[in-house]
Amino acid sequence: MSILYDERVDGALPRIDKPALLAELRACLPDLDILHEREDLKPYECDGLSAYRATPLLVVLPERVEQVESLLKLCHARGVPVVARGAGTGLSGGALPLEQGVLLVLARFNRILEVNPAGRFARVQPGVRNLAISQAAAPHGLYYAPDPSSQIACSIGGNVAENAGGVHCLKYGLTVHNLLKLEILSACGERMTLGSDALDAPGFDLMALFTGSEGMLGIITEVTVKLLPKPQVARVLLASFDSVEKAGRAVGAIIAEGIIPGGLEMMDNLAIRAVEDFIHAGYPVEAEAILLCELDGVEADVQEDCQRVRAVLEAVGASEVRLARDEAERTRFWAGRKNAFPAVGRISPDYYCMDGTIPRRELPGVLRGIAELSAEYGLRVANVFHAGDGNMHPLILFDANQPGELERAEALGGRILELCVAVGGSITGEHGVGREKINQMCAQFNADELTLFHAVKAAFDPSGLLNPGKNIPTLHRCAEFGSMHVHQGALPFPELERF
Amino acid sequence: MDDFDASAALLEQVNQALAQGTALRIRGGDSKAFLGRPVAGEPLDTRAHRGIVSYDPTELVVTVRAGTPLAELEAALDAAGQMLSCEPPHLGAGATVGGMLACGLSGPRRPWAGSVRDLVLGTRVITGLGKQLRFGGEVMKNVAGYDLSRLLVGSYGCLGVLTEVSLKVLPKPRARLSLRLEMDLARALRQLAEWGQQPLPISAASHDGQALQLRLEGGEGSVAAARQRLGGELLDGGYWRDLNEQRLAFFADPRPLWRLALPSTSGVLALPGEQLIDWGGAQRWLKSDAEAEAIRRVLSEVGGHASCFSAGVCDSPFQPLAAPLLRYHRQLKAQLDPQGIFNPGRMYAEV
Repeated sequence: MSILYDERVDGALPRIDKPALLAELRACLPDLDILHEREDLKPYECDGLSAYRATPLLVVLPERVEQVESLLKLCHARGVPVVARGAGTGLSGGALPLEQGVLLVLARFNRILEVNPAGRFARVQPGVRNLAISQAAAPHGLYYAPDPSSQIACSIGGNVAENAGGVHCLKYGLTVHNLLKLEILSACGERMTLGSDALDAPGFDLMALFTGSEGMLGIITEVTVKLLPKPQVARVLLASFDSVEKAGRAVGAIIAEGIIPGGLEMMDNLAIRAVEDFIHAGYPVEAEAILLCELDGVEADVQEDCQRVRAVLEAVGASEVRLARDEAERTRFWAGRKNAFPAVGRISPDYYCMDGTIPRRELPGVLRGIAELSAEYGLRVANVFHAGDGNMHPLILFDANQPGELERAEALGGRILELCVAVGGSITGEHGVGREKINQMCAQFNADELTLFHAVKAAFDPSGLLNPGKNIPTLHRCAEFGSMHVHQGALPFPELERF
Repeated sequence: MDDFDASAALLEQVNQALAQGTALRIRGGDSKAFLGRPVAGEPLDTRAHRGIVSYDPTELVVTVRAGTPLAELEAALDAAGQMLSCEPPHLGAGATVGGMLACGLSGPRRPWAGSVRDLVLGTRVITGLGKQLRFGGEVMKNVAGYDLSRLLVGSYGCLGVLTEVSLKVLPKPRARLSLRLEMDLARALRQLAEWGQQPLPISAASHDGQALQLRLEGGEGSVAAARQRLGGELLDGGYWRDLNEQRLAFFADPRPLWRLALPSTSGVLALPGEQLIDWGGAQRWLKSDAEAEAIRRVLSEVGGHASCFSAGVCDSPFQPLAAPLLRYHRQLKAQLDPQGIFNPGRMYAEV
């Protein structure tokens, strides 16, 4: 079942008279940049999930909030769907356009409005890149903690819309934990402030609800984020294991010692070999698994924690434990992990990345299950894992040019996700549902739960004009999908760059 | 009382209330019943639904039924060397986990360790459509669907009955000590703003009018180094519990108690009455006879808000909402609780 908008199961869309809408927009908003020619629309037909494409009706590139406000009012009055987009780096098709909708590009809202060192916050426009916030805060010894691997390119508005994660979530939280205030425009163009300049706000916690809502409840026009003092030091330990089970047990043992690492990443042998071949990070290619454990904070504590973690790793049976000698080696250890996806991309014509999460204790069992499934389907799986927070990124290697491999990869991916849900996990830890996992939502939630999600949507956008078809499947879609095998909903994205 | 899954009985009571159109007043230990507006309704008591459902310290997650006494949860965590990092206040004997979630109040560690909402990973909730549903889960990262779990925290039971929650827990710090430094409030606030930009292990900061009280938590090395650097005299750590539970002499003042939430950088606020500073200046307690409007005017100017923590003082104890925001609150209430049976009017007359 295709993930492109299907009116049969996703609901009817209005038929928009494009020339009339264009004329009216030009009349109402003479200084708004509007793209409408087919060749101009082409660059916007997908986001980071580039396997799926749709040409938007129109693309608008506002620069001022007043323009967005007027646009939303007009679209609301005319019943025109609106899909918001930031940098377009999302991996789940959350910003996939609609042929019958306006694509609202917020990339030009790229100004940092305020960096307040005493208050430890930054107030920025939604199109500001994640990394740019930390760069602006750096002269004050501060930074913005959530660091999705795409942080060099992804924008903060999209981070909020997806509740973006990164490799430091266990200690520093997700996007939702690092926000103070959002300025938003409702579906009908009303301005509202969610959260506040204080640490809480009166009323329901709508800021938490909007975070991760994938552009379905409102349009973000300004974000105030918390800044943290940069840790004094960060040290990385690299531990090798002769079995993935041991590495999995080591993760639990570190936590049991009362230590919360800044980052805790795991890779299996296939991923290690791919990375070493590509980056020469100094990883032990004979190891069945490695753990990267970063400890950050005040010098004295980090030193003590390093000793404790080393002792734990050795007790659990690590075959080797290495402490990065200096900043250069620390960076090299991390470079290996951060390049794991492209490295795997070099050893296989295609790969398909999953984003399931599991309770950490289930890791050995799930890895064993993945290995068995891998053998059953005759496809290799490289495992890269945010071990600290239970977020798995199994990479299924296949060759789309070999007949049947793509279908096998899809089926295997679906079985892996099913395994995650079965042990109490989730179909997506940080990439979002978007369109990519719209069918898997039917496995994660029952009809009553989905009905409640639709009720939430109706409270903010009763006409359903904001990003139709994303995030929450219709019951109709689930009914149709339920008659199929769950795994056939998982789709391949061979050429997609993954982090 | 024994651990018991009473969710079926709670669900049945909700379904009866839905059938008869009766309002429900959701209660646990009623330790925070004085907050918000009075609710007329048949009591729905969560306390039979109690017990820790699962707790694996190495997972840093505990799943617990809403009627469980908060003290019982804290004792279980403490025995495993862990804690609720947001330090929720009990405000009375018999406080429950459900009440902690519904009120969403956090203690002195809040600015450094996050709020009750920040600990929530997943919930079970009985909805206004008469179903018990599950949102979120027991994993640290989960972005499937809308974040209903975190929305419900601090919603004072107006959107549904929380029956179970999974919370992120953290190891207790290895070292901890408290300090008292004589300085006036203006200087203390300036100092805190400066220290906040440095990696110091501060985990609580309060000012009582005469002195700044600080708590340091972390590894032995960082706490000892910070103690050396900051000076001052040692303070009994019981201060923080007394502050959190409103047992300091300040709270005995008979005038109404107000909670002021504001940017920590706001400086000294000129308001009639006495003030006690918590959260490094971001939460301030006010004992004052001043009118609600007068207090809120001052708070609005600095980007903050004020709630009245004394019952029966004003008709809207929580800061009134801007018109569009109130409308969306009503629409959300209408969608999630279409018959308006859950704690009607507890937060706002219209919700």
